[in-house]
Amino acid sequence: MKEEPRRIPVATDQDVVRVRQLVRTVAVEAKLSLVDQTKLVTAASELARNTLVYGGGGIVEVYGVRNDFRAGIRIVFADEGPGIADLELALTDGYTTGGGLGLGLSGARRLVDEFTIETAVGQGTTITVTKWCR
Amino acid sequence: MERVPVLKIGDILLVSIQIDMEDQTALQLQEDLAEKIVATGCHGVIIDISALDIVDSFVGRTLATIAAVSRVLDAETVVVGMRPAVAITPVELGLSLPGIRTALNVDLGIEMLAFSRDGAWAEDAEDDENEADPAAVPTP
Repeated sequence: MKEEPRRIPVATDQDVVRVRQLVRTVAVEAKLSLVDQTKLVTAASELARNTLVYGGGGIVEVYGVRNDFRAGIRIVFADEGPGIADLELALTDGYTTGGGLGLGLSGARRLVDEFTIETAVGQGTTITVTKWCR
Repeated sequence: MERVPVLKIGDILLVSIQIDMEDQTALQLQEDLAEKIVATGCHGVIIDISALDIVDSFVGRTLATIAAVSRVLDAETVVVGMRPAVAITPVELGLSLPGIRTALNVDLGIEMLAFSRDGAWAEDAEDDENEADPAAVPTP
């Protein structure tokens, strides 16, 4: 089962706030525990900010998903920015090419159940994360 | 952009973050607080985050910077009211919140500031005494 996604274009700081609010709403609907809601919203906040700051803006899509066993939430962050040249390095705690702490990407990965990243230099970055209900 | 108000209560500046802050709002708060500390000469800052439903790396970094800047301006910062679910995420995120003191609520935060201020005074007084001591011993 796959619902229609809810989409938010990310072009400003305010859109990052909107992404957080949408993810929170969907997480509550999916009956994620409070701690899991908080983890997912935090991860979404980090990744949406990356889409804006490093990807130059993009699109965030939020889906409700279900496998044979349980329900969950999948979020896709897509930008058409410069892409990530060294993925392993980018996923290292503390590494940043911006002014941040270098925890966004690596931290977000720890806060979700599934994390995939597709990127190529000059072709943008698409990150997909999933959090399952326990 | 919304702005977070900074209230002066006695010797303390109180900030209660009641909105989902844009990054710019957080940076503005950082500036506003530094200016207000200098303008008022307050020695304590309490930041109430009980209404925040997440602390991501940006907010965490902003809180740490506020604490560090306040210290340079002779003010102590206490972050109060962090929700239990919120406390778990910064740790998993790898955010260490260096130099941030925390208390469970505003009341305890005020107590903590009063205590550390009194403690600092008591220590100063003790130091003065110790310095005075050698002079009191007559040299043969």
